[in-house]
Amino acid sequence: MIDARPHVLHDRYDVVVAGGGPAGLGAALAAREAGAERVLVVDREPEAGGILLQCIHAGFGLHHFGEELTGPEYAHRVLHEALDHGVDVLCDAYLMDLADGRAKLLSGEHGVAFVETGATVLAMGARERTRSAIRIPGDRPAGVFTAGLAQRLVNLRGVLPGRRVAILGSGDIGLVMARRLALEGVEVVGVFELLAHANGLARNIVTCLHDFDIPLHLSTTVVGIHGRDRVDHVTVAPVDEHLQPVLERQWEVPCDTLLISVGLIPENEISRQLRLRLDPVTQGPVVTSAMETSRDGVFACGNVVHIHDLVDYVSAEATVAGTSAGGYAIGHRPAADNVCLQAATNVAYCVPQTVSTHREHTVYLRVRRPLEQSTLRLSTPDGRVVHERKLRYVVPAEMVRLKLRPALLADFHGDALQVEVVAR
Amino acid sequence: MDSGAAGTLQDVVIVGAGVVGCAIAHELSRTGLRVALVERATEVGFGTSKANSGIIHGGHHASPDTLKGRLEWAGNQLWDGLCAELGFGFARVGELTVALAEDDEPALERLVRQAEEKGVPGVERWTREQVLAAEPALNPALVGAVHAPTTGVINPYEACFGLAESAVAGGVTLWTDCPVLALRPMRGPDDGWEVITPSATIATRAVVNAAGVAAGDIARMAGIEGVQLRPRKGEEYLLDKRLAGLVHRVIYPCPSPTSKGTLVIPTYDGTIMIGPTADLVDDPDDLTTSVSGADRILAAARRLVPGISERDVIAQFAGMRAVLDDEDFLIGPTEAPGFFNVAGIQSPGLTAAPAIARYVAALLGAAGFDTERVSAAQRVAPPVRFAHLDDAAQQALAADEPAHRRILCRCEMVTEGAVREAIARGAHTLDGLKFRTRAGMGRCQGGFCTDRCMAVLAAALDLPLTSVTKRGGDSWLVLDRSEPSS
Repeated sequence: MIDARPHVLHDRYDVVVAGGGPAGLGAALAAREAGAERVLVVDREPEAGGILLQCIHAGFGLHHFGEELTGPEYAHRVLHEALDHGVDVLCDAYLMDLADGRAKLLSGEHGVAFVETGATVLAMGARERTRSAIRIPGDRPAGVFTAGLAQRLVNLRGVLPGRRVAILGSGDIGLVMARRLALEGVEVVGVFELLAHANGLARNIVTCLHDFDIPLHLSTTVVGIHGRDRVDHVTVAPVDEHLQPVLERQWEVPCDTLLISVGLIPENEISRQLRLRLDPVTQGPVVTSAMETSRDGVFACGNVVHIHDLVDYVSAEATVAGTSAGGYAIGHRPAADNVCLQAATNVAYCVPQTVSTHREHTVYLRVRRPLEQSTLRLSTPDGRVVHERKLRYVVPAEMVRLKLRPALLADFHGDALQVEVVAR
Repeated sequence: MDSGAAGTLQDVVIVGAGVVGCAIAHELSRTGLRVALVERATEVGFGTSKANSGIIHGGHHASPDTLKGRLEWAGNQLWDGLCAELGFGFARVGELTVALAEDDEPALERLVRQAEEKGVPGVERWTREQVLAAEPALNPALVGAVHAPTTGVINPYEACFGLAESAVAGGVTLWTDCPVLALRPMRGPDDGWEVITPSATIATRAVVNAAGVAAGDIARMAGIEGVQLRPRKGEEYLLDKRLAGLVHRVIYPCPSPTSKGTLVIPTYDGTIMIGPTADLVDDPDDLTTSVSGADRILAAARRLVPGISERDVIAQFAGMRAVLDDEDFLIGPTEAPGFFNVAGIQSPGLTAAPAIARYVAALLGAAGFDTERVSAAQRVAPPVRFAHLDDAAQQALAADEPAHRRILCRCEMVTEGAVREAIARGAHTLDGLKFRTRAGMGRCQGGFCTDRCMAVLAAALDLPLTSVTKRGGDSWLVLDRSEPSS
């Protein structure tokens, strides 16, 4: 633990941040820099840092810190930045409820406690989709793990999930775990991906699968889990153009473990308690360009808003949320947005969902399907092009960043912009 | 397992610690009889009972001409008292059997008539308008319903554990991980049985066969061939708590001859369960779920409640009902002296369980056992449900006990204290913790809490993580780092 001294819990904070991962810590730091006096980060682990602490591989921080770090290194940097700026980090604690500016905490040190707060930042991250979410039929033996849980077991608990592992889904966590297990001497029998394209970062496909001769089966999914006590084998099958398994062509894959890496879902229980407006596509709260949710004084950032592929972008988003929350706490209300962003052709979503024409914004978006040589286009609902940018290639796994400078929208006077990514 | 009883002559050995076996053990624990409860699984309730729908049936579904029809209503009325003694979750939420077509009228009328014959109070016809006013999420195309206020939902695991714990506190010896391999009559024809298990041979005056889907096998061990059980599988799908309040009552379609159909069940714990299917299978251990099962369940549930979405499924599982040809319960003495069958206990077996227990006690009494109740049932403290407490109670609990200041399962808000308590009360597997505390039952299905629960379990039982299992046997969870290279 960073600091073993007893923690002093005050009755009132300017900003309370739920979650001590890179999003929460980054927001807390920014809130302090924006003028908030007392900022409290609540994290349920004995040490803040979030999921990064179990990501012992390198590849973090190239954008944010300009160098390549491991997950724990990145976490420690953002944690120390926050602590150095006087952020109050309460670990082994849980934000149970939030209502009318009062946060209910359950803390290993303080028990059930209530604190008043001027503003709140939600940074609870995400959870993994499970076997049940995708309804894989069959037995229910031991040996079916989400990839992140397996990562925690290997990297933090020092044990292995099995001897012979199949992986469903080519998300980044699954890819990284394929490599991690191969390095441990575990046989990774293959990665199976429902879609026709991989779902992880291109660099992970190369460094986690190709470099270790781990086969990637695209357009293939797991159609059965077998084994009474422990997984004995899984059945996999190719899928047709409607993603329906072709069972006549199924085959058996002997293994004792199935790792599921089929995506993350924003952890929005508190958002629901607060009745925040949620985006059905991102499954996170709808946010303004200040990262403010549909409730005044409640801000959000990181994977709780939408699933990011790089922590660096989380940190950037956290700075916006924290700056806004810190400002809010000392009486600066964020300026209202005047433009709504509408995801159009081949764009799944945009975050934030609204922007203003007089400030600079970074908009994150994801495409629905891969394209080479494409154009990112902003246009009015009646089809007048406001801005275009050429993109070399786009894949759903990699977020597209769009910097909106006031000059870009100088000639635009409407209240909605369509965002599309189309072939050139 | 307590091996102390191995050498002692038992009065009764109950085979099978499902809810029926546990209820019988609980009932007999109030007598002066020496009773042992043997279970092949590693914890009680791990067979048919763990995949139960958790409904206490209103009492009017089964015909009064059948044994199960009589025990259903009798059992229904006994649960309030048990709940008061053992403190498990139970709520009489009521039920609606919904007619979606005019053709369903006779079925509704039959239900009302059966309720009258059996004396089940409050069962009445509701008009479409009444139904939709009470349950606005139901399909507006419905034409009417029968309402029964006597139906309840229960936490079936808690009920099973509560009965078992109370029984053990009352002197019953519980043996888990203890499959019965053979039954051997002792010397004379009326001398009783030797129950042969891998760990010990237990001598007993009587055997009560409450072995669920294995009851036919156990009967055969006693030389009784007539118990022809067919396993009938039921798949169930559990929906996210987010849908809590979508329906308030248990929703039934109009019944078919073999099944009550697919229900929409607001569980005691706030989730919504849809199911079950009813498919005869060959293998009593076949607990697979299927694509077709999911499709059928979702389609049937949406006919009743159109707002149900497959996106909300958080868990799927299957359970096995033990079905006899006549669809009735088979409870009674056999041609083998001292061997009693409690077989074919399918729906509404959970509802009937306390009445079955009394019925079995009476049968034993008639056979010369002294089954007079000599003591009150042992009360057991209800498990701590941190999430169900109000702020002040949570504050007090967390102040007293640091282990209640840490959440191990975030979806169900299960504290480390609750997990420790469950271990102290006998949980020694991950599934045992799950059924006792709900850790891992929520929307992330153990993604967050599995390794945390494993660590607490390993520390409390002084085991390495590699010795922790999901549900005993070969259901190991993790390996030592040195193992794969071997």
